[in-house]
Amino acid sequence: MEILIVQTLNSLFYASILFLIACGLTLVYGVMRIVNMAHGNIYAVGAYVAAWTIGLAVAAKFPVAMLFFLLLSGAGAAALLGAALEPTLLRPLYRRAEEYQLLITFGLLLILEDLMRLLWGSHPLTASELPDAFGSVHILAAAYPGYNLFVIVVGIVAAGALWAFVYRTRFGVILRATAQDMRMAAALGVDVKRVYVLAFAIGCFLAGLGGAVVMPISGAVLGMGVDALILAFVVVVIGGLGSLEGALVGALIVGAVRTLGITYFAEIELAVLYLIAAVVLFVRPAGLFGRA
Amino acid sequence: MSAVISVAPRSMMAAWQLWACAAVIAVLAVLPWIIDPFQTLQISYGLIFAVAALGFNLLLGYTGLLSFGHAAFFGTGAYAAALLLKFLGVKSMELYIVGGVGASLLLGVIMGAVCVRYTRIFFSILALALSQVLWSLALKFFWVSGGTDGLRVPTPTLLGGLVEAAADKTAFLAHQYYYYVLVVSLAAVAIMWLMVRSPFGVALQAIRDNEVRAEFVGVRVRRYRFIAFVASAGFTGLAGTLWVPLNGLTTPDILYWPFSGKIVFMAVLGGFRTFLGPIVGAFVYNYLETFAVGYTIYWQLLLGVILVVLVLAMPAGLVGTAIQLFKHSRNPAR
Repeated sequence: MEILIVQTLNSLFYASILFLIACGLTLVYGVMRIVNMAHGNIYAVGAYVAAWTIGLAVAAKFPVAMLFFLLLSGAGAAALLGAALEPTLLRPLYRRAEEYQLLITFGLLLILEDLMRLLWGSHPLTASELPDAFGSVHILAAAYPGYNLFVIVVGIVAAGALWAFVYRTRFGVILRATAQDMRMAAALGVDVKRVYVLAFAIGCFLAGLGGAVVMPISGAVLGMGVDALILAFVVVVIGGLGSLEGALVGALIVGAVRTLGITYFAEIELAVLYLIAAVVLFVRPAGLFGRA
Repeated sequence: MSAVISVAPRSMMAAWQLWACAAVIAVLAVLPWIIDPFQTLQISYGLIFAVAALGFNLLLGYTGLLSFGHAAFFGTGAYAAALLLKFLGVKSMELYIVGGVGASLLLGVIMGAVCVRYTRIFFSILALALSQVLWSLALKFFWVSGGTDGLRVPTPTLLGGLVEAAADKTAFLAHQYYYYVLVVSLAAVAIMWLMVRSPFGVALQAIRDNEVRAEFVGVRVRRYRFIAFVASAGFTGLAGTLWVPLNGLTTPDILYWPFSGKIVFMAVLGGFRTFLGPIVGAFVYNYLETFAVGYTIYWQLLLGVILVVLVLAMPAGLVGTAIQLFKHSRNPAR
C-alpha cells in the first residue's frame, strides 16, 4: 500500500514536469507547425535562472517563502528568451521547407547549451532550501517529500490554467483559430505575428517553469535540456503532436512507465519508452489525440 | 542531330569532371608522403564522415526525408566490428566490414519498415526515437557493450591477413590504413554516384519533388523510400566500421542523437541539394570541429552559430552557393 502510494505520487511528479515541457512543445507545433528542438534547452534555462536568483536570494538572507516566488524568475526568463527568439530566428523561416526549421532550432540548441556552460559553469546548481522547507508529509502510512507534492500541484494548476486560457478566453479563441487556419485568421484581422510571439513565449514560460520547479530536486545541470527534449518527444508522439490533451495523457503515461521502469526494469526503461512511442505511431500515426 | 548537339556539352562536362576527380584522387594518394601523420588521420576521418554524410544525404537530398537517427547506423557499424572482436576474436577488417554493413542493413530494414510509413517531421522524430532505443541499450547493457567505457578495437589485419597490423600504430593508420580507407570510400562514393543517376535515383528525386505525381507515373513510393532508407543505412554503417579502428574505441556517444545531428550538419554545411555537398561538408566539419575543440571549450556555440547563419543566409550550403556564384559569374544577366 505504501509502495503503491509513493509510486503513484512519483509518477504524478514526473508527469507534472513532463507535461510542463511537452505542452509548450505541442502548443508551438499546433500554432505554428514548428518542432522546436531547442525547447529542452529553454527548460534548462528556466532551471539555471531560478537556481541563480534563488542562490543570490539565499546569500542575501531572504525569507524562505520569498524563494518560492523566485521560481517564477526561471519561467519569466524563459518566456522573455522565447519572445526574443521567435521574431529573430523563426519568423524568417515559416515559408521555407520544414527541414530548415528543424535545423535552425538544432543550431539554437547547440548555442544555448554552451551559453549556459559559459554563464554558469559546468558544476550543477541547486537550491536545497526549498525541499528542506517542506520536509516530508505523511499520507496514510507513507512518508513523501512535501516539495514533490508542491511540484504536482504546480503541474495541475498549470494544466488547469492553460486549459482555461486556451478554451475560455478571447485570446484562446484567436490562438485556436490561428492554429486551424493562419491565412483565414489573418484575413479576419488577427495579428498573426503577435499570436505567434505570444504562443511561443507561453510555451517557453511553461518549459521554464518546469525547469525551475524540478531544479531544487535534480539540480540545474548541463545536458538536462537534451534529455528532457527526448522524453518530451516521446510524450508528444504518444499524445499527438499539437494536442494539449495528448500532452497531458502522454505525460501521465510516460511518468507512470518511468516510475515502474526505475523500479522493475531499469536497464531497458528508456528503450521501453521509445518502443511505446514507436508502437503508438505505428498504430495511430498522429498519436492518441492527434489529428493527422 | 539535335540529340548529338545537346549531348556534346554534357559529355565534355563529364570529361572535365573526370579530370577533376582524377586530380583529387592523385592528390589524396600522395598526401601521406607529404603531410604529417596527424593531418593524414584528419583526412581519413574526413573520408569516413563523407561516406556517412553521403549515405545520409541519399535520404535528405534525394528522397526528401530528414533523418535525425543516423547515429544508429554509424554506431551499429562500429559496434558490430567491436563485438565481432570481443565475442568471436575476429581481427580481419574485411569481416568487420561484412559484419558492420550487414548489421546496419538489417537495422535499416527494421527501422525502415517503421519509419518510411511517415514523412516530414514524424519521420524525423521516429528515426530519432528508434536510434535512442539503441543508444539506451548500449548504455545499459554494459556486459555486452562496455557501457560508457565502450569497447576497444585495436588495429585489424587488412586484405585477409596480407597486411598485418604494425607495431607503430600511428604509422600503420597513416599509411596502410589510410589507403584502405581511401579505396573503400572512393568505391562507396562511386557506387553512390551511379545509384543517384540510375533510374532508381531519378525515381527518388521524383518522390522528393512531388510524391503524388511520382505515384501517378507509377513509382511505388513507399517501396522506393524503404530501399533508399536501407541503402542509406548501409553506407552510414560502412562509415562506422571504417571509423572504429581509426578511433581505436567505440563508445555510446556515436549512437547518441547529437551525433546524428553532426551528420545532418555535415550535409547541410556542404549543401544537401548537390552530390558533392555532403563530401565537402564532412571534410570542412571535421576540420572545424578539430580546430574548435582544440581552440575553445565552447565549440558547440561556434557550430550552432554557423548552423544558424547557414540556414538564414546560405541555405544552399558551401557547394550549392559556390555553384550559384559560378553560374552567376558566367551569366550575370540572370
